[in-house]
Amino acid sequence: MTNPIIQATIEFLKAFWAPLLCGVAIVAVLPLIVGYIVLVERKLMADMQARLGPMRVGPHGLLQPIADAVKLLIKEDIIPDNADKLVFWLAPVLSVGAALLSLAGLAIGPAFQIAQDINIGILFVVGVSALGIFGIVLGGWASNSHYSLMGALRSSAQLVSYETAAGMALVSALLFTGTLNIKSIVEAQSNEGIWFVMLAPVAFFTYLVASIAETNRAPFDLPEAESELVSGYMTEFSGFRWSLYFLAEYANMIVVASVATTLFLGGWLRPFSKVHELPGFHLLNLLDFVPVLLMVAIGVYCLQRTPKQPTRVQQMFMFAVAGLCFVLGLVLLVPVVVPIAKPFYAGIHGGFWFILKVSLYIYFFMWLRFTIPRYRFDQLMRLGWHFLIPLSIVNVLLVGVALIAGSYFHLQGWGLLLVTTPAAIITLIVAFLILAIEKEHGAPQDQSAASDFYAG
Amino acid sequence: MLDKVLFYFFAGTAVASGVLMVTRRNVVHSAIFLITALLATAGIFLQLRAEFLFIVQIILYVGGIMVLFVFVIMLVNLDVALQQIQFARQRWVGLFVALALAAQVSFMFWTSGKMPGQGLPVLTAAAATKLPPNSEAVARSLFESYLLPFEIASVLLLVAMIGAVVMAKKRA
Repeated sequence: MTNPIIQATIEFLKAFWAPLLCGVAIVAVLPLIVGYIVLVERKLMADMQARLGPMRVGPHGLLQPIADAVKLLIKEDIIPDNADKLVFWLAPVLSVGAALLSLAGLAIGPAFQIAQDINIGILFVVGVSALGIFGIVLGGWASNSHYSLMGALRSSAQLVSYETAAGMALVSALLFTGTLNIKSIVEAQSNEGIWFVMLAPVAFFTYLVASIAETNRAPFDLPEAESELVSGYMTEFSGFRWSLYFLAEYANMIVVASVATTLFLGGWLRPFSKVHELPGFHLLNLLDFVPVLLMVAIGVYCLQRTPKQPTRVQQMFMFAVAGLCFVLGLVLLVPVVVPIAKPFYAGIHGGFWFILKVSLYIYFFMWLRFTIPRYRFDQLMRLGWHFLIPLSIVNVLLVGVALIAGSYFHLQGWGLLLVTTPAAIITLIVAFLILAIEKEHGAPQDQSAASDFYAG
Repeated sequence: MLDKVLFYFFAGTAVASGVLMVTRRNVVHSAIFLITALLATAGIFLQLRAEFLFIVQIILYVGGIMVLFVFVIMLVNLDVALQQIQFARQRWVGLFVALALAAQVSFMFWTSGKMPGQGLPVLTAAAATKLPPNSEAVARSLFESYLLPFEIASVLLLVAMIGAVVMAKKRA
């Protein structure tokens, strides 16, 4: 016990074993989740392009992510000759580390938070996830390749531009809560009985656009624009390093989706969650059965597809998936029906609604990717600086005014819509004015040398 | 014990990366070590239970200013820069300033009668809940006690920003 370092380690483990365990679990499970998000994305892309997508590995390609992961792990790891070895090694780790660390601040339900309750919660998540940009920039620089450097430059310019708009959007939502703590933000929405997406729709829109740009997703995926830059900052990366970048990108998607869900979409709250606390029977309380029905529906669909699978193994697999869905449905049903299990309602159903909302947000990202063509770099910059930033600043101002008016008239909950809706409409008018001014004297100046520099 | 180990870890990282930042010949490596130093300082802020300062340090310095630093470094032609004189040659002035700073710091420790890292708040959750929320405390002192200096500083920053825009704008 005399060794201070051992003593400190024991002290640390005693105090923080639970968050530590959660953290290790997240790090272990996240690659799998990301793998399946990628599978969903490929399936979705195939569906929108009238194809089937991955079908060979497992029934309906359900084991494809595992095959992909094995392929990436056993690929040759190439480091370019003139690369800066240390930075080349560091960059992907930095990217994925920042993304994983920012997950620590999130709360998936009232009972499940990875880190302890920190009162700067939302700032921690946003701030730390922004550090991932260093992984991209340094990786692009260390590869000693022009394409990579171009991608890195584009990426940092893009992030700096859109972070301002995203921050302003967060501010206008935080004006309603008066706190940065993630739990308190969701509780504020529960007390008001209304989600902030209704109260601050313009802020939600701004955050949506800015978050797509920050995660380098299409239509703003210029840092890895394959038609211009091979694949941008990760051109020289292969195998495991490349997959770390991939992991970071999808983890970042989960982070921005979770932030949007927490701030704007009511976190783990059910729609009309206030009705749940009222005594007696209410029709809206039937919403508690929606998760169960969803699970049962997926299970039944899987069962129906089982006989159509070509091999016996695939049939068994499909059967197992159906069984899993039924078990999940049962788990979701118990807290609603059995009175003793009522205390677990908030935790279990909260988790379901949170994950559902995050999935819908990510689904929207994918949908956009397959629908809208890529922006040009000067268009991207113009959208950020000339449209989104002025819009979000005006929005913060007007939301503040609306809140002062609301407290003057003693408005609460849905009543706040009376003041926030006019504010949103005025912001919209301002947005159209900005667009009109832009159109008048924007276009010809954009072809200047300064913005052509990034064009590759 | 844990708080002391953490303090010496953060402080040591900050000092070591500060030294490395000055001595590296490669500008990008210097930038990386500056980032490390800033992060270690943020860790010390966190240990002092100034979590708002911690996250502001990360968002502003590391996530904002350093990204722009690195951005500018990438635009500069490094091969040309490497052939130029990279180190200032004012040895005697530098030595004097360093000695003066060391004297100040050691005088501070001598008068307080404490070693560095001593008297840090111990990391227990129970003590943390009793403190007033940090961001509120910062906001209170900024917007109540020091409103005028705060406004003057923000106007100053605005002037600098507008000045930069005016200078960068092409004369039509």
